[in-house]
Formats: sequence, C-alpha cells, structure tokens
Amino acid sequence: MAAYLVRRLVYGAFTVLGVLLLLFVLFFTVTDPDDIARKAVGDRAKAEVYVQWKKNHGYDRPLFVNSEHGVADTKRYTDTLLFEHFRRMLTFDFGRSDADGTPIAKRLREGAGPSLSLTVPLFVLGLLVGVVVSLFVAFFRETYIDRSMLVVCMLAMSIAGLLYIIGGQFLVGTLLRWFPISGFDPDPAVTARFLALPVLVGLVSGFGADVRLYRTVFIEEMNRDYVRTARAKGAGDARIMVRHVLRNALIPILTNVVLAIPFLFTGALLLESFFGIPGLGSLTVEAIQSNDFATLRTMVFLGALLFIAGQLLTDISYALADPRVRLS
Amino acid sequence: MAWFSNMVVLLLVAGTIWLARAASRSRYWRESARELWRRRRLALIVIGVFVVIALLDSISWVGGARDGDNLAAFQARSIIDRIFQPETFKEASYSAPLAKVAFYGGKPLTYPGAHLLGTDILGRDVVYRALKGVRVALLIGAFTSLVVIPIALLFGVSAGYFGRRIDDGVFFAMTVLASVPSLLLLIALIMALGKGTVQVCIALGVTGWVHFCRIARGETLKLREADFVQASRALGVSDAKIIFRHILPNIAHLIIITFALTFTGLVLSETILSYLGIGVEGSWGQMIDQARNELSRAPIIWWNLAGASILLFVLVLAVNTVADAMRDIADPRTRREGQ
Amino acid sequence: MSTPLLSVEQLTVSAPGAAERVRIIDGIGLAVSPGETLALVGESGCGKSMTALAIMRLVSPPLRIHAGSRVLFEGRDILALPATEMRTVRGAQMAMIFQEPMTSLNPVTRVGAQVQEAITLHSDVSPFAARMQVIDLFEMVGIPDPHKRIDAYPHQLSGGLKQRVMIAMAMALKPRLLIADEPTTALDATIRAQILDLIRNLTANTGTAVLLITHDFGVVNELADRVAVMYAGQIVEEGTREDLLARPKHPYAQGLLKSIPRAEQRGGRLEEIQGVVPRPGQWPEGCRFHTRCPYVFDDCVFEPPARTIVSATQAARCHLLTGKALDPA
Repeated sequence: MAAYLVRRLVYGAFTVLGVLLLLFVLFFTVTDPDDIARKAVGDRAKAEVYVQWKKNHGYDRPLFVNSEHGVADTKRYTDTLLFEHFRRMLTFDFGRSDADGTPIAKRLREGAGPSLSLTVPLFVLGLLVGVVVSLFVAFFRETYIDRSMLVVCMLAMSIAGLLYIIGGQFLVGTLLRWFPISGFDPDPAVTARFLALPVLVGLVSGFGADVRLYRTVFIEEMNRDYVRTARAKGAGDARIMVRHVLRNALIPILTNVVLAIPFLFTGALLLESFFGIPGLGSLTVEAIQSNDFATLRTMVFLGALLFIAGQLLTDISYALADPRVRLS
Repeated sequence: MAWFSNMVVLLLVAGTIWLARAASRSRYWRESARELWRRRRLALIVIGVFVVIALLDSISWVGGARDGDNLAAFQARSIIDRIFQPETFKEASYSAPLAKVAFYGGKPLTYPGAHLLGTDILGRDVVYRALKGVRVALLIGAFTSLVVIPIALLFGVSAGYFGRRIDDGVFFAMTVLASVPSLLLLIALIMALGKGTVQVCIALGVTGWVHFCRIARGETLKLREADFVQASRALGVSDAKIIFRHILPNIAHLIIITFALTFTGLVLSETILSYLGIGVEGSWGQMIDQARNELSRAPIIWWNLAGASILLFVLVLAVNTVADAMRDIADPRTRREGQ
Repeated sequence: MSTPLLSVEQLTVSAPGAAERVRIIDGIGLAVSPGETLALVGESGCGKSMTALAIMRLVSPPLRIHAGSRVLFEGRDILALPATEMRTVRGAQMAMIFQEPMTSLNPVTRVGAQVQEAITLHSDVSPFAARMQVIDLFEMVGIPDPHKRIDAYPHQLSGGLKQRVMIAMAMALKPRLLIADEPTTALDATIRAQILDLIRNLTANTGTAVLLITHDFGVVNELADRVAVMYAGQIVEEGTREDLLARPKHPYAQGLLKSIPRAEQRGGRLEEIQGVVPRPGQWPEGCRFHTRCPYVFDDCVFEPPARTIVSATQAARCHLLTGKALDPA
C-alpha cells in the first residue's frame, strides 16, 4: 500500500511538470509574449511602452536559450522564459496580473474566502441532497417514483447551466424577490442572504446528474449478493439500506466527493460571476475578459495541482474505507 | 468556403451511408438499432430533423438573390437562408411573437403576424436565428467529435494494444490533459489559440480527445486479454487484422455512447464559453447570452431566450435519452433474464 | 405423509418482457416435511433458484410473485404476511445459503459481525453474549481459530471458510427449514464433501428440513430424501430418491441421469440431452420438453401434459404415462 502511494506521488509530480509544460506551450509559444504584450498595451502604443511592459511583466527573456550568457554559464538556460515559468509556478511565485499589475497572490488570498463561502455550502448540501434523494429513489427502484424521478433527472440534465442561473435569478430574485439578485458582503450574517440564491441555483443545476450517478451506484450495490444475504437474515429494508448498501456505496461515492474537494477552492465560474461574488471564479472570468494571461496561467495551474492532489487524496481515502484495499 | 461546406456535407452523407451498410451486415448492430428505434423513436426523429436542418444550412451557393439586393447577390447562401430570406424578412427592432406592431413605439411591422417567435433587438427573426444555431450546435458537438474520434482511436487503441512505450506516452498525455479541470482547459486553449469558431472547435476537440482516447485505451486493454483475441494471436493473425476484425468492432458501441454523451457535454459547455465571450459565432449560447438581460425589462422580452433555449434543450434531451437507451441496450447487466 | 412443514402451491413468478410479463416459474407445487431433505434438480436456467428466492419472498422488483401463489410454512401463507412479520420468519425459522460464498458476504464488514447480526435481529441478547454465540457457531461449523476468525473480513477467508460462515449464519437460530441453493457448486471438489457432511450433520442434529437446490445428482444421492425435477419453470417429476435414481419416468429426468458419468460405464460414450433449456418467454406450446424429447409424438406438441401419479410417492408430467403413446422401449 505504502509503495503504491509513493509511486502515485511520483507520478503525480511528473503530471504537475507535464501540466506546466502544457501551459508553457500554450501561453509562451502558441500565444507568445509579443501577442500578450500587444493585447495589453494596445496596437497603437509606442515601441518603448511595449518593451517596458514586457520588461515589467518578466516577458523580456528569450524562450529557451539566452545567448547573452556564455556557453558554459548555466544562466544561458536558467535566464529564460521556460526556466522562469517552471521556477515561479513551482515556488508559487505567481507575479503580477497582466491586466492591472496587482500581485496575483494577493488576489488569490482575497478571492479564496468568498469562493469557499459559496462552494462549501453548495458542496455539502449538494452531497446531502444527492445522497438522500438517490437513496430514496433507489429504494423505490422500478416503481413509478423511481421512473418519474429518472425522467426529472434527465430533463434537469438537459438544461444548460447558464439557463439555471438566468432562470433562477429571474424567478427568485426578480419575480419572488426572496433574495437579492447579486452581491456579496464579508459579514457572515449579511452574506447568507446573498449566498442563498447562488447556492440554490447551484443545487438545482447539479441535482439531475448527481442523483442519477448516486442512484446507479446504490442500485448496483443493492443488486449484490450480500444484500440478498442480509435480507435472508431477516434484516429490514431501512437497516439494509443504511447498514449494508450505504456503507458499501459510500466507497465509490467517496471517490467522487474527494475528487471534488480541491475544486472548492477554484470556485464556481458562472455562479460567482453572475451573482457578483468576488471569488476565484470571478477572478478567472475577469482574467478571460481582460486578456490577463498571467492570472489565467495561475488559475489553470492551481486547478490542475488541486486535481492531482485530489486524486492522491482519493486513493488514500479509498484505502482507508475499503478493508480489501487497506489490508492488501 | 461554400464549396468546402458542400463537400463536407457530401462526405458526411456518403460516410453515413457506407457506415450504415457496413453495420447492417452484422446481426448485433441490426438488432441493437431496431431495439433503439423501438425504444426511442421520438428522440431519434427529433435528432434526424436537427441533422436535416443542419445539412440544409450547410449546402450553399452564390446567386439567386432578388434584384437590387447587392449584399446577398455575391454571398453564398444556404437553403435555410433562401427559405427565410433574412435580408428582407426583418423588422426595425423588437417585436413580440406573431405581433402586428413593433414592440416599442407600436408602428406597424413590415411582415405583421409572420414572425412566429418575434424578432430580436436588430429586428432579426428569432426562428431563423434559432434554426441557424442548429448547424453551429452540430458543428460544435458532432463534427468536432467526428474529426477527433479517428485520432483518439489511433492513439487509444495502439496504446492499449501495443502497450509499453506507446502506452506510457499516450497515458501520460492523457493524464496531463485530464488533470486540468475541463472548463479551465477549454478556456486556456481558446485563450491561447485566439477567439473564433475554428479555434473553439479545436479546443473542444482536444478536451473531447481525452474522453475517447481513455475509453479506447481501457477497452483495448481488456480486449487484448480476451480469449478470442489471444486465440487469433496464437493462430498468427496479424496485429492490424486483429485490431480491425476484433478490437474496433468491439469498442464501437462504447465509442458511439461516449460520442453521444460528449456531444451534449460540448454543446452545453459552449453556452458557458459564450457567456465568457469566447463562444462560437451564431450559437444558441450567444443568443442566450445576448438575451439574458432582456428578462429584466418591463414588459418582459422572453422570446429570444426561449427560442434558443428550447431548441438547445430539445436537442440535448433527445441525445441524452438516446445515449441512455444505447447504454441500456449495450450493457448486458441491465438486460434481465430468467433465474 | 405427515403434515408438511412447507407447502408451495401454484407459485408463479414473472419478469417484464418486451410486450407482456414473462413467466420465469409457472405454477410450482412442492412439499417439504419436517426434517426431510428435498432436492430440487434441473439444468441451469430452469427456475430452481427463483423458486428458492420466491419461497423466501426475496424476489425483488421488477420480478413479481403472482397473486394466487401460496407458500404455506407451518400452515401459514407467508406470501400473505405483512413485511415486518415476514422478517421474523426469515433468518429465524427459514434460512438460506447461497451459491456464491465469495460475494454473499458484505465485503466491508467483519464476518463475525455479520453472523452476529443474524442473531441480534431475532433475539434479545447482549452484544457480548451474541459474540460468544458466534464463536460457538464458528466452532460448530468447523472454522479453525474462531476467536481470531470472527474479526476477519470476507476477503481474508477462503471460499470453503466463507461458505462455513454462511452456514453458521443460516443455522444460528436453528431454523425449521434451510434452503441451500447450490451450496457447493462454487467450491473446490475437495471441500464439497466436507460442506455436504456439515449440512447433513447440522440439520440432522436440529431436525431442520432442507430444500436443496442442485444440478448435481451426486449431491442428490448424498443428501436427498426426496427429489423434484424442474424443467422450464415447472416441476416435471417428483418422487423419493430411490424412485428418481432407479425408475425415473419423465424423459427429462431419464436424460439427466444418463448424462452422469458412472464408474461401470467407463470408456462408453456419455449420453447428453440434445439442445438447451428454452429461455423464459420462449417456452414451446404443449409439453415444454417436446423440443428436446427423444420420444416426442403429436400430443406433446399441442397439449401440455397433466401431472400423472405413478405410485404413492412418485408423479410426473408426461404424455407417455397416460398411455397414449406406444411404449418407448
């Protein structure tokens, strides 16, 4: 088990390097620093402004080989964009925004709070609602309750996320006026009112896919032989669902859940931007709209890093939850 | 560009006929297709209608415009364009569905009662715009996948079948691409490639590639160990023959199912991209994005949003239900048998 | 015959089919006397396991037991019992062992706890007392080191040990009826005999009746008092072990017997029954066996044969017994 984890860790590290290479290819060769600079200062800017901008944002080095340094000098290869990109990302030195020059690390710190205040309730409630509803549906499988619920899920899954937001904002915010349409306030008492609507919309839009997934997991477990054994023992339905099915089904569900935890930090792109929550999702949206490649790079890197961490976490939790893995 | 799009239509139709003929030779495919038709007739018809609309919108040629219309005279126009004549079939600005007068001001319309779903802010017919979105949606969801699937199969199957170095390389590439959250990967690709329809399609293709490649590799790994493949190898059948005779036909159904699921995923992701301002020109996502503030007007303007959303919803629902049925038919575990 | 412990009448189970519901078992009638072992024999796919599950009322949707089916256990129709009351029967008075010991135990729960659950569900004992009982049971079913083994997870035990755990679970409350569904099929040949001995000895000690489901006449010979032969959802012949092994009447039963390898026939060609069991929904008209029967004649194709009593202990469903056909010599 330990050897397996070490192997996974090493592979994870290589994957991180792979992601960094991908980012380098995308943001330094496909779109090169000249494009980025031109987009930032505008086409009609003077040459000095353009050069100065590149210098300020650290884009003034050559890509792979710096011929200013001698052949024997390691700086020939370290004083380049490739090396700098890897060094800075791996040391979490994200530099400044290409758009307005604020330190990206500062904006990340500021955005994490609002993002978490949206994604954590959304995650916890979503999991709870998903598991409870799908357990209920699985219990009534092959009845009209199950079939109508499946139809509902299918309908829900076919609606674009954007429409949920537009519709939710319109229905609850404009027509019913239950909650404010958008905004954020760091004061927890106030912000709950602001967060209610985005959380609600997020729950509804994720509902269909979640319930279908969990239902499949539950039904797969319910069809297993050990459930039949438990019934043959005389155990009641509720006991079987909770003691036997839920416990076994939690293992695959856990995989999904743990994998989702890292994304709590990256925030919800659409929800945050639509409801005016100044989180990391909004930060990403702004970065797209203002051609802020430095921030974008950082967000993609962090997203991948968290994903890889999540996978490792999943493997570990899997091992803890399943005696077949733990004891092998 | 007109000849290119016409050629593609021709190729697609020819390819579909060829594939259908090839598949109809096998009993499994005939029976599966019949079962699918029995279970999901309506959804299949809906998809068929969408495909026909998209094809009609892809066949275009220059000429045939009315006299005096200089703009249209030199532009290739598709059959849909020719039916709707958008150059003349329009109003000054908003008009409600089937209205006789303009929405603001109340001036009589040029075509009173003719706009089934009204007109948008520029006076364009909403039904026409929504129908134009069909081609874009199929371009994003289906055409992209169709281009990507052969590439993904090439990599996935050879990785799974030959293993070793090839597998290490493909698997690493897949892991790296898969470890970037898919929306962020899409955004990063489009930002790097630049905005535009082709760029978005490439970006969607790269994200889709991971899906198909993973399925192809995983299944090939399983099949490689299957008895009938081992037997063929023991008999000295060549690798290429094994791949074409045994591996590809046996992963085809999974590829089709993944295709359907990827399709809905791509079309739905495009709406997000449209909102972010990096979507495809003329898509439903753009219509929805442009219409999102119209709901808060008083009196409310809903038809723009409704036109795009309903078509989007119907198409995605149809493909989702078909994919669901295909999975049921292909997965023997859901087939209940006696005992 | 004394009053039966279990009496099954007109038991029918169906599954949803393409157009209408398809019967999987069709009007089964069986009786098991107290302490007796009845073997239910047939090829796979003929509905044996479904019969067992239906008797335990373990048939889950979309499968359904038809109205009009009756399962009388100690005189009560358990199909009519409320679900809560049925639970007090299941596991306590009527227990079951399954074919696959590998998958029949909950993989994330310790085996001791799983047996303990069977005890605590039906009797009001302290967890400690129940645990002690489990250790005794493990000892009884021949699990070495019961103190250690009760804390093992299923994947840590061999197939034979798992089946012993299953037997311990089933026999924990000394049930009146034990249903054993192919209890040895998934096990190594060397362990089979041990498990069969164990079942025989335990049930003999407690006076438990056994409904044994098997396709193996070796098992029948070893355990059964009486035998019922099933084909395509029906009982086609029933009788004592001697009746069936020495004088089978139904061509299907005869075919099954002929296909067993015997020591005295070494070198000869083993006979087999042509064809396969038709799937539910594809059962032929008339006698369901007529598509594979070597003695088929006109009546078999058109008319389902009635149950014909052959002797005080034996009956079969075959047109040959009604004397309509020539002697099949």
